[in-house]
Amino acid sequence: MPQILIRRFNRAGKSQISIFNDKNSMSGLTLENIDKNFGSVVAVCDVNLLLPDGQFVCFLGPSGCGKTTLLRLIAGLEKPSRGRILLDEEDITHIPAHKRNFGMVFQSLALFPHLTVGENVTYSLRVRKTGKTARRQRARELLDLVKLSGLIDRHISQLSGGQRQRVAMARALAIEPRLFLLDEPLSALDAKLREDMQLELRMLQQRLAVTTILVTHDQREAMTMSDLVVVMGPDNRVHQMGSPLEIYRNPADTFVADFIGTSNLLDGTCSGPRDVTVGGARLEISEMPDGMIPDTKVTVSVRPEEVHVLPGTEEGANRLHGSVSFVRDVGSSVEIYLDCNGLQIVSQSTPKGRPAVRQGDQATAVLPASACVVLRS
Amino acid sequence: MIGEKPKGLRAHLTLTYPALMLGIFFIVPFGLMAAVSFFHRQPGGFYIPGFELTNYKNLYTALFGRTLVFSLFVAGLSAAVCVSIGFPFTYFITRMKRRAQVVWLVLLMSVLSLSEVIVGFAWSLLLSRTAGLSNLFVWLGLMERAVAWYPGFMALLFGICYLAFPYTVLVLYPPLSRLDPALPEAAQTLGASPIRTFFTVVVGSLRNAIVAAFVMVFVFTLGAYLLPQILGRPRHWTLSVLITDAAIYQTNMPLSAAMAIFFMFVSLVLVALTMMIGKRKRIKTV
Ligand SMILES: Nc1ncnc2c1ncn2[C@@H]1O[C@H](COP(=O)(O)OP(=O)(O)OP(=O)(O)O)[C@@H](O)[C@H]1O
Ligand SMILES: [Mg+2]
Repeated sequence: MPQILIRRFNRAGKSQISIFNDKNSMSGLTLENIDKNFGSVVAVCDVNLLLPDGQFVCFLGPSGCGKTTLLRLIAGLEKPSRGRILLDEEDITHIPAHKRNFGMVFQSLALFPHLTVGENVTYSLRVRKTGKTARRQRARELLDLVKLSGLIDRHISQLSGGQRQRVAMARALAIEPRLFLLDEPLSALDAKLREDMQLELRMLQQRLAVTTILVTHDQREAMTMSDLVVVMGPDNRVHQMGSPLEIYRNPADTFVADFIGTSNLLDGTCSGPRDVTVGGARLEISEMPDGMIPDTKVTVSVRPEEVHVLPGTEEGANRLHGSVSFVRDVGSSVEIYLDCNGLQIVSQSTPKGRPAVRQGDQATAVLPASACVVLRS
Repeated sequence: MIGEKPKGLRAHLTLTYPALMLGIFFIVPFGLMAAVSFFHRQPGGFYIPGFELTNYKNLYTALFGRTLVFSLFVAGLSAAVCVSIGFPFTYFITRMKRRAQVVWLVLLMSVLSLSEVIVGFAWSLLLSRTAGLSNLFVWLGLMERAVAWYPGFMALLFGICYLAFPYTVLVLYPPLSRLDPALPEAAQTLGASPIRTFFTVVVGSLRNAIVAAFVMVFVFTLGAYLLPQILGRPRHWTLSVLITDAAIYQTNMPLSAAMAIFFMFVSLVLVALTMMIGKRKRIKTV
């Protein structure tokens, strides 16, 4: 039985290879050492990914980090400058887009303006020379799937933004795609509609069990919808890949920690096998990355909701002292900003667990050992 | 109400200038011509004002009918040739890098700076037997012996298309460069080969632009006057030649005016029909 290599990223962001003997994990999409340059512009740099079948994957990253380019490489609309793309172990790097059978929803939707809704949806069937009645039947089914029944004879210009979105999805699903690719399809919708569509898209994906890749720069969207998140950074590389929770709890580096949610990023130095000194205070750490020798410069990432604030000055490990510089009460949560000798620490708590401090008070921030994630600076 | 009035007045004022120009340079000459077409011809002289349909009755000749049909045929054929070559050509230009696009467009526009006379005589030379391109082909071993490609119908068609081609590209360039590049890409992800994509999506979504370009070249070529005489045989002469002939050599102004008016009427009907077909197709697609 062939051995499957699955690349995972450890905390230091280095790829680490684990070996599985699972036949099922063979199927999926593999990107090997993918580079893409446009002249001197590096759009995508050294990407290695294995995306298992049936998953909902999000490519997440700031603008210009190469998400669209990576998606286009997968779709076959762009040729990689280096590297290979494999689908179920078959090399598809040089197979043109129209032979890949990957459904794609474009950022601009790219609906055909000269065709009706029904004709747009069944364009792929017309290309495959399916008969007219069969096409109309299939158009009805697909429009039912995306809840647009009855609009089959409308023109594209007569649709609302949300309806166009659905038509684009139905059109891409008409080919029964091996992969369903979406490039920020929801970014043009207003917040309420976007949330509805997110939910619907997720349910649709689960119903059809189609491997889906969604490109987004909205971390909330990525975290709430996906099985796997691929975080890309401004250096056009993949920084981390993992489940949303894993990425949130264990960011691979300072970029991920900062980009996903908010995080207290505290500069410090390694002072022992399980100790880091931050701003004169000693932090005990439950899990240290490998190869940390004393005096290594590190960054400690702690999520605001993990930080407890106690009134007054309390001595002990994992405690930083400072004054409350600001209290922000947004109703559903309370944020307390502490100034600990120049270090800014934010703590977030529920209104119930609100610590009894006010602006200007002396207070102690407790950073639990298990919540401190140490990252190389 | 009161507040709106000056606005309307000012809006009208800005329109007076174009209206004036249109009146002086288009409507008045056209009106004169329309009037003359009903005047009475004085043999040996000019014409005297009157109202008679004789001139229109005199149009009913085999020569006029044949020439009219031929003119429309040449215009339609050159429009078809120009658009069917110009459309893919412009599409490829718009897919190029910005710099290359500019080079191509400048090159095409430079053709426009040549006068019709120069183009006509240049092609008559290049297509001739004695000094033409066929000599070059003979020299290259591609042909047995030099031949005359001129005068003749193909030479005429070639010359007209050469002149009309840059205009075709100019008319097609804006809509093609505005075409969302994701449209053909979407078609490809849906399984359409590049050629199929071109015909179903690029041509399909730009049908209006294609009809507009066709009508433009058609109208542009209808007035061809010099090229038929330079590159064609007498039987390839168009209606413009016939009209000029009647007006100047036969000093029959009323007849030539009637010819022109009738010609224009037929052309307008054809253009309207073409546009209607273009529109209907867009609505009736299932
Ligand atoms: N066709 C192209 N020619 C030249 N450079 C390109 C091309 N396409 C993308 N780039 C460059 O590659 C980089 C990545 O672009 P890409 O569109 O993939 O970013 P993105 O992550 O999708 O950004 P956004 O969130 O803004 O859509 C950018 O610096 C961009 O300028
Ligand atoms: Mg993008």
